[in-house]
Amino acid sequence: MSDGRTTTSPTFADVNRDVLRTLDPPGNLYFAWMCFVALLLAGFFAAWTGQVWWGMGMAGKRVPQMWAMYITTFVFWIGIGHAGTLISAILYLFRARWRTSIYRGAEAMTIFAVMTAGLFPLIHAGRMWFAYFLLPYPNQRFLWPNFRSPLVWDVFAISTYLSISTVFFIVGLVPDIAALRDASTGWRRRIFAMLSLGWEGSDTQWRHYRRAYGLLAALATPLVLSVHSVVSWDFAMALVPGWHSTLFAPFFVDGAIFSGFAMVLILILPMRHFFHLHAYIQEKHLDAMGKLILVTGLVLTYFYICEIFTSLYSGEHIEKASLFWKVTATYAWALWTMYFCNCIAPLVLFWKRARTSPVVLYVVSILVLIGMWFERFNIIVPSLGHDFYPYTWGIYYPSPTDTMIVIGSFSFFFLLFLGFIKLMPSLSIVEVKETIPPPVRDRAHGH
Amino acid sequence: MATETVLGVFAHVDTTVRALEALRARGYHDLTVYTPLPVHEIEEVLDRDRPVSRVRLFTLIGGLTGIASAFLLTIWSSMVWGLVTGGKYMQPAGSRISGSSLPPFFIIAFELMVLFAGFATVIGMVVLGRLPRLRPSASYDARFTNDRFGVAVHCAPERAASVHELLRTSGAEEVKSR
Repeated sequence: MSDGRTTTSPTFADVNRDVLRTLDPPGNLYFAWMCFVALLLAGFFAAWTGQVWWGMGMAGKRVPQMWAMYITTFVFWIGIGHAGTLISAILYLFRARWRTSIYRGAEAMTIFAVMTAGLFPLIHAGRMWFAYFLLPYPNQRFLWPNFRSPLVWDVFAISTYLSISTVFFIVGLVPDIAALRDASTGWRRRIFAMLSLGWEGSDTQWRHYRRAYGLLAALATPLVLSVHSVVSWDFAMALVPGWHSTLFAPFFVDGAIFSGFAMVLILILPMRHFFHLHAYIQEKHLDAMGKLILVTGLVLTYFYICEIFTSLYSGEHIEKASLFWKVTATYAWALWTMYFCNCIAPLVLFWKRARTSPVVLYVVSILVLIGMWFERFNIIVPSLGHDFYPYTWGIYYPSPTDTMIVIGSFSFFFLLFLGFIKLMPSLSIVEVKETIPPPVRDRAHGH
Repeated sequence: MATETVLGVFAHVDTTVRALEALRARGYHDLTVYTPLPVHEIEEVLDRDRPVSRVRLFTLIGGLTGIASAFLLTIWSSMVWGLVTGGKYMQPAGSRISGSSLPPFFIIAFELMVLFAGFATVIGMVVLGRLPRLRPSASYDARFTNDRFGVAVHCAPERAASVHELLRTSGAEEVKSR
């Protein structure tokens, strides 16, 4: 019995056994969590139903605050979705070996986060049964797609991102499902046999598989960077003070990776604890994740300074007034919360002991998520609330409906993730084996 | 011509490589090697007489299709439906490409390139890897997704005995005819 804390390296058979063990029937704690999350999700659907039934007035959106919490949360979830493909594509191309034990969980997280984000344009637009109006093709409804609009680019970017992330995830799963198939019996075996496409791990299959995986990684790498750049242009292409900046694309991409890694830690640390995966998700993995959060956090701090400097240096009095209002007036508490969570809190990760302590990492990750949600809030709400003319100014007050929907979106995400960890191997069997020295009979023969 | 398949099951990478080298030296090239993960040493031996995977051709064709269809969609729809935004037509009717709002169309082209190339890559992998398989092939063994390596030699029945011998001396745990 490996309790996971031993220093000896696991064998190939250990990997199969330990990963398949995570799919054993869950205990009461798991079901308790499921029930809690499902309850919140019921609240989410109740609030959404209320909004559809009584109209968009149920949400706190009023002119000029028409984007409010829904688009804040949309951008937040899209940002969360960036870490997964970063880990699985960019770190794959860089041959960062520490990614192997966390990438499956991170990829699943990406897909579920983008799915959650995808709900928000529907909720925000009101009548979601007309959601197909968003699809940009010429039609007889006088809705002619404007390919000059960043919102249309967004439709392309996000649907491509969701499709390619899903494809990447499924391709990675195929050999693992084959291992699952060979370890199971009865109807499960038949289902896994179908899902694995009859994978056998023959040399021809691996040859094409490896080439395909490398190409997908190469395609996904610029895609990751493009998606949040396009989302940032939803703002940066507009003239609203506080939005109209060339800084936005790198600023958004960096923030997305920052918050994505925080969410990865929030999901991986309990998995490591409850599934006893200490042999696979070791301290050096936590250390590497901590370093990435620290670096992206420092870059983000630099961007905040740039943003303030550009505004003060611009000579644009509207721009300066907007900044002054953000820092001092109604929403100042949100701005200072953001600065604390995103700039100050991650600094603790300069200490190696903090980077390897699950408790510290967990607390920092939660603070980072709070900070990054408020970052999007601070971009959207105060900027729209205080633009060019006083007669268009306005304060946004959340309503129970939109608050419930925002909280409920977390339950939607966690429900999907909790389901995933019991249905599919949340550690990649194949890639974890790649990091273990292969079995060799004659030591002298090996190199 | 009837062929027989001899399967050797190995527990170690070095013995598998030794068997492959010996088989190559004796002129057996019709082999199937099963591994639980891609192993560099084994690929090195096998790739000596195999071309590079053609998956990349699928990716290229998919990517070019994506770019072409994106420009078709954007240019065609803005030529046919003369939408005016910011006081300008997307595409002045009857004019050449040079008059259109071409730069933003590159964003759509990039996204569709990645989308089509990604799908084409997976199709390439499935088609070239002879997937999906409805039934496992005769020489497959469930241990090959766990911790064993398999070498299946497809040879003439009269040579099977010598292949048996060869696999066993290379260090196979188990040798059987299928």
